[in-house]
Amino acid sequence: MRNRKITPYALVLPAWAWLALFFVVPIGGMLSLSLTTGNVITGFQQSFAVGNYVDAVSTYWEQILRSLFYGACATLLCIAIGYPMAYWIAFKGGPYKSTYLLLILLPFFVSFVLRTISWRFLLSDNGVVLGPLKSMGLLSEGFALLNSAPAVILGLAYNFLPFMVLPIYAVLERMDPRMVEAAHDLYAGRFQAFVRVILPVSLPGVFAGVLMTFIPTSSDYVNASVLGGTHNTMIGNIIQTQYLINNNYPIASSITFVLMGLLLIGIFSYARALGTERVMEVHA
Amino acid sequence: MSNRPRPNINSALLRGLTRARRSPLVLPGMTRRRTLQAGGAAAAALALSACGVGGQQRDPAASGDYWADKERTGSLRFANWPLYMDSERTQLQQFTEATGIEVDYKEDVQEAASFFGQIQPRLANGDDTGYDLMVLPNGFELAKLIELGYLVQLDHTKLPNYAEYAGETYKNTAYDPGNQYTVPYTSGITGIAYNPEYVDREITSIADLWDPAFEGKVGMMGDAQEIANFGLLLNGVNPADSTLEDWEAAAEKLREQRDAGIVRAYYDQDFIQPLTNGDLWMTMAWSGDIYQQNAEEGTNLKFIVPDEGATLWTDNLMIPYTSQAPVDAIELMDFLYDPEIATGLTEYIAYITPVPHAQEVMAEWADAEDGSERGEALREMAESSLVFPTEGDYQKLHNYVNLEADAQEEFASLFHEITQS
Repeated sequence: MRNRKITPYALVLPAWAWLALFFVVPIGGMLSLSLTTGNVITGFQQSFAVGNYVDAVSTYWEQILRSLFYGACATLLCIAIGYPMAYWIAFKGGPYKSTYLLLILLPFFVSFVLRTISWRFLLSDNGVVLGPLKSMGLLSEGFALLNSAPAVILGLAYNFLPFMVLPIYAVLERMDPRMVEAAHDLYAGRFQAFVRVILPVSLPGVFAGVLMTFIPTSSDYVNASVLGGTHNTMIGNIIQTQYLINNNYPIASSITFVLMGLLLIGIFSYARALGTERVMEVHA
Repeated sequence: MSNRPRPNINSALLRGLTRARRSPLVLPGMTRRRTLQAGGAAAAALALSACGVGGQQRDPAASGDYWADKERTGSLRFANWPLYMDSERTQLQQFTEATGIEVDYKEDVQEAASFFGQIQPRLANGDDTGYDLMVLPNGFELAKLIELGYLVQLDHTKLPNYAEYAGETYKNTAYDPGNQYTVPYTSGITGIAYNPEYVDREITSIADLWDPAFEGKVGMMGDAQEIANFGLLLNGVNPADSTLEDWEAAAEKLREQRDAGIVRAYYDQDFIQPLTNGDLWMTMAWSGDIYQQNAEEGTNLKFIVPDEGATLWTDNLMIPYTSQAPVDAIELMDFLYDPEIATGLTEYIAYITPVPHAQEVMAEWADAEDGSERGEALREMAESSLVFPTEGDYQKLHNYVNLEADAQEEFASLFHEITQS
């Protein structure tokens, strides 16, 4: 009997040790760093400088809001593209479901940065997309897509689309088809069955998908630096510059925590709106 | 619709995410919130007891003392940038043949700032960085390394080739007076490149980068120092003597250029492809990149040193103070100043060598291989002002402003505000 009590703890120990070492410790260090003053030469002294946060927000509020906005746009785009995709694979994929899933994951075999850079060729002023449209006279000669906000959002949506498709697929695929049959038996048309049965059941997948796309897209910095132009900088780029180029660790850490806070607030309000307020306190 | 039960999202969400009915991270009898709280408290206690991050400035040992007890070890580790030596490592083989010293060559420097971030904590601790010789540009990171006392003071009696063959421009530089800590590896000009397919007039000045005719087709560099230099030069200020007021005026000019929609984007090193395919018509550019692009791809990009002047940057050889083989390292340093060796290096790198005599050697090589493909390439390079700038070019070239850590921060944030809008 005693062993039985210990076993679950023993099993979970590696995970806890892992989290403690690689999540709690670094994040504690970052929190401490965000409240210091100084520079690399003189060192950073713990001074509980809350002003770092004020500085970070007052200087970079524009980039912070832009990141959340770009992240939200990319997430919506992912839902618009990813939901029908997941739906089709789950219900019409037949024996080829896993092939389709593999195809969705296929781009991940190529480096993230390379995939993003290849968008430059796609969106280039005289490239494969805009070039023909321009020569047909459908677009004006001066029209450009690369180095603009739409380019960044497209890049983000492209890079994170599988994170939306997979959770939605996972939920739809598990759905009991008899539920849809039951809906039809109750005189629901295809549309009604979708709205009243399939959509509500798939919402958890959408929720998971939103978490998995919105968080990384709004903190991404590769897309903005590869596909963005002026006035497209995202907060991830600022964090990168402050850490790696300016070595201004306190400001970089404060921005990180502000971003984290905003994301948490956003996600909790979203969870509440979806009626999933207990999502972060699941009982075992 | 109204009495539809709320979907039970919690468990389904977890299934979707983990495909397990129970999250393995939640212990029986312990809610996730409680465990999060416990973790948070531990983190806070741990974090706030740690007192910041040390800077650990040290006093560089006097040159004589440092070198007194150092001996040759027979091998050294060399950190350089990618594409800064041919894949055969020809010059290093020649070095090994001449001296018997083996070189472990690593293309480990991809970016000055992150490389600095990688070695700084080890140097602060007095630990070996894994390198005995390294190449970094004359930017903020080099200034910090010198200020922190992390570089070995060079013993110039061990650098006879340097003394004899280094060009005057590469001796006694502004960023390292008397070359106490560094000697140049290779240099380049930050000037203007344009694509004559799209630009139908001759470009001669920095002011052309502000021309509204090129709206949305101009590239600028994202690096704070590079972009600041162009703003300063446009205002007629020599970057090396600039003051805070000059920086603010330069920033104002650059902001105007950006907000008028003239700048397409701020680039790091990736301006070549957009310039070739017409996304950019004109851009700030590095001489060697343009030379290589034209030589290898047959493009006809133009590179100019603008009338207002341009900057000459230098990538430098240096020895970290925790080096295990400083004597071997300084021998290699000197070896690279042998004109034959410098010529071989330049043939591959296509940037400016600090050994002007290499131009003659290269012309001799070209004569010896007259008629062959290599002979032609050598001839073209020996005659190119991108690789061997003329006296007139040198007169228009300036050094970067040299800043201490405090001023660097002010300077960088002023110009990053422009590139990272």
